[in-house]
Amino acid sequence: MCKDCGCSITDNHSHHHEEHHHHHNHGNPTLEDKKTVEVITKILDANDKQAESNRKHFDEHGVFAVNLMSSPGAGKTALLEKTIEMLNDELKIGVIEGDLETNRDAERIKQKGAPAYQITTGQACHLDAFMVHDGIHHMPLEELDIVFVENVGNLVCPASYDIGTHLNVVLLSVPEGDDKPAKYPVMFRSADLLLITKVDLIDYFDFNIEKAIEETRKLNPKVDVMIISTKDENSLKNWIDFIKMKSSLRKVRT
Amino acid sequence: MHELSVVQSLIGLIEQNAIQNNANSVSKVIVKIGKLSGIEPHLLKLAFDSFKEGTICQNAELEMIIQDVVAKCENCQKEFEIKDNSFVCPNCKSFNLQVIDGEDMYLMSLELDVGV
Ligand SMILES: Nc1nc2c(ncn2[C@@H]2O[C@H](COP(=O)(O)OP(=O)(O)O)[C@@H](O)[C@H]2O)c(=O)[nH]1
Ligand SMILES: [Mg+2]
Ligand SMILES: [Zn+2]
Ligand SMILES: [Zn+2]
Repeated sequence: MCKDCGCSITDNHSHHHEEHHHHHNHGNPTLEDKKTVEVITKILDANDKQAESNRKHFDEHGVFAVNLMSSPGAGKTALLEKTIEMLNDELKIGVIEGDLETNRDAERIKQKGAPAYQITTGQACHLDAFMVHDGIHHMPLEELDIVFVENVGNLVCPASYDIGTHLNVVLLSVPEGDDKPAKYPVMFRSADLLLITKVDLIDYFDFNIEKAIEETRKLNPKVDVMIISTKDENSLKNWIDFIKMKSSLRKVRT
Repeated sequence: MHELSVVQSLIGLIEQNAIQNNANSVSKVIVKIGKLSGIEPHLLKLAFDSFKEGTICQNAELEMIIQDVVAKCENCQKEFEIKDNSFVCPNCKSFNLQVIDGEDMYLMSLELDVGV
């Protein structure tokens, strides 16, 4: 049982090798002794285990879960609003909001008719798997096909945390500049899909799309790329088809 | 910056190991920090030294091993260091790489003071 919520997910308790260390005092009269132990465990081990448990929560309900990451203002919430609109009840979407830049984001999503839960993380600069787990239990998973997690606007910290979603989407907006992939390699390496956003503004900025893609693929050769603008529904067609396809692939049961 | 949250996780993990080993305190902590783990080693050290007060790590020295990014080519099986964040095999130019080190943060070992 998931001990926080009583849901049917088994908790991934770490299996620590019980080191029955019997300390022998070889005639040494001192009362303190030093002992070196090998641990070799990931520092974020507890987070990673919670992330696995989160994925099981999603999988149990056939829900496709997406982690949206970007700088503040790259267009995560605008993309979600548009996505909910364009899917138009074909698929049911829920949103876990972690972006603290504006606490109005969850309200923006609810206005589009989708359930949204605002994670209140204080000053946290990223979401971790425990915060997302809390968010999951505020989502009506049984009614949903897709859950989007809007991560905190930040190109550094969120990249270090597995939150238990299935797909990492990183948004890079035209006004931010094409040098960001090279400057934030850990984030752009973590992307399964890169969305170059606000492409309607391309004429006003020195943003070389080819260079942005090339630098991302140097770091992350297998990344997929789409070029979009929330002002142009045609540019979002691929995105919508992709989301539909991925969602259907999470529903396959053996 | 998330160095403080990383330190919180680190100290939690150390406490767990210290209890299992009946330790009274920790005198040394050795961690391995990958160059592409997303963490700044000097900030991690600063965060550790300010956060350790009042914990089992109060008197602990933090030693950091900075790990280069190492990959193995799935095509030609060569192992090499990734330089310049270029994820292509220098031998056969394949993109089919498995990163085997340098992207994570590990607690490697602890030196504990144990009561006799
Ligand atoms: N021109 C243009 N503006 C956009 C686009 N997408 C978002 N914006 C604007 O960018 C600003 C920040 O968007 P928001 O979705 O709140 O970004 P978030 O912080 O990543 O969630 C808002 O004023 C949006 O209207 C786009 O495709 N084109
Ligand atoms: Mg937002
Ligand atoms: Zn941070
Ligand atoms: Zn090779």
